[in-house]
Amino acid sequence: MKCQKCEKPATFHITDLTGKDGLLELHLCPECAKQYLQTNEKEQEAPKISGVLSSQLKLEQTAEDLKELDGKECPICGISFYEFRQAGRLGCPHDYIFFGEELEPLLLNVHNGSEHVGKQPKRGVCDTESQTELIRLRREMKEAVQKEDYEHAQELRDRIRSIEGEGKASE
Amino acid sequence: MVIDELHSSSGEWLKGDGPQSDIVMSSRIRLARNLADFPFIRRCNDIDKANIESTVRERLSQEDAFTTLNFFNVAKLNSLDRQLLVERQLISRELSNGDGARAVAIDGRERLSLMVNEEDHLRIQVMKSGLNLDGAWDQINQLDDDIESRLTYAYHPKFGYLTACPTNAGTGIRVSVLVHLPALAITHQIEKVFRSLQKINLVVRGLYGEGTQAMGDFYQISNQVTLGKSEREIIDQVADVIPYVIDYERKARQYLLDEKQNDLFDRISRAYGTLQTAQQISSEETMYLLSRVRMGVNLGLLDNLEIPHINQLFLRTQPAHLQKICKQTLDTDQRNMERANYLRVELKRDDTDAQAN
Repeated sequence: MKCQKCEKPATFHITDLTGKDGLLELHLCPECAKQYLQTNEKEQEAPKISGVLSSQLKLEQTAEDLKELDGKECPICGISFYEFRQAGRLGCPHDYIFFGEELEPLLLNVHNGSEHVGKQPKRGVCDTESQTELIRLRREMKEAVQKEDYEHAQELRDRIRSIEGEGKASE
Repeated sequence: MVIDELHSSSGEWLKGDGPQSDIVMSSRIRLARNLADFPFIRRCNDIDKANIESTVRERLSQEDAFTTLNFFNVAKLNSLDRQLLVERQLISRELSNGDGARAVAIDGRERLSLMVNEEDHLRIQVMKSGLNLDGAWDQINQLDDDIESRLTYAYHPKFGYLTACPTNAGTGIRVSVLVHLPALAITHQIEKVFRSLQKINLVVRGLYGEGTQAMGDFYQISNQVTLGKSEREIIDQVADVIPYVIDYERKARQYLLDEKQNDLFDRISRAYGTLQTAQQISSEETMYLLSRVRMGVNLGLLDNLEIPHINQLFLRTQPAHLQKICKQTLDTDQRNMERANYLRVELKRDDTDAQAN
């Protein structure tokens, strides 16, 4: 069998399940297959989230609302909703709470459920506030270092160490 | 454990034993976990990543279950070594190609791999040969408890284990079964099977993840939903469907034997012949032909070959493995020649063995 894109023998037999019209069968030589698979893969990066999100947002939001929502930034890690929408990745655990309202329909869409029913940490849920505080302090310290405000950075580092110390002591 | 010695063994997933191992290569479960006191990877700088890596390493070294593991600093490995680990399914391509501090801990039998700083801070993975999801779950559940006794996970009562991508939130579990389905591919029924799996929210991917559908007729069947169902329910959802897939593949094989015997024998003999005589051969063509030969062995048509040996050839003809065997860096053309040489030697030896018997 010849490759569908050039004249070389086809050794790759690809069934693409993600095509717009459903199934797409391809018979390609190694070079064309490589090219096809690589471009295909790039397109597929974080496809679900951005796809599901944008269709959802279009349905439920006006352009103005969307603009405002995109500008919303997590006070802990600093990620904007726009960045999450583009990348399909959240910035820190607190985003689940901060963007909770926006995430809820997305979770329902992907999982058909939005309440966890599986395993729980044995130690019970720990003091998440001090954990979140650590993430925020670490970020502020980075920013202080960037601004060359080393005095403030050191203060922050001491606070981080003391919270970490408390955590260890209670373990 | 020395990376340079890894290529000479098969690892757990190609051992070729365990239940239903003629069709099911391996069972795998992975859990995605994050530390509560660090941002997710996307918002980590190099210092955060280094801190996460050293924290994980230090805390786990205090736990008996982890003292026997081999830690590899993936950031310091050269690209050939990283590729070798990818080919052995011990690390993902994402971890291999990532940047900043990242690591993997592997046990001596290659059943467990613990990736640090992949998409999530921790990706715990357990592999078992053949169809053995319960075994994989028992082991990974215990490991997860052991890790959790030393590290605080990001967890929320409503959303479960919090992951960088919301598609993994809740249980953070991915249950995968790697199946070999050459007869369904030959009889063009595989699309039908995929469609029905998709309808029940299962995902089908190729051997090395997305975009590798055709690689040697190997497919990974895994769950998509991670939230709103318990780990047990998710495992059962995958486990319940596998017997049907196995049954379809067996029926397709029987159909080929009953109705298309000449055609089937011809395909298998030609595949075997090409592998025994080719002077240069790509990795893709090798996979394609080995897949036919593997089915031939399972159907008793090539009785001088053993499945574990064929499984090993799938792995050892991959680019990084081949270069480790040849002990030198090879470009694509050189690899195609060395691969053919290697296959000629390996498959000839079996012939002589058979004659000697």
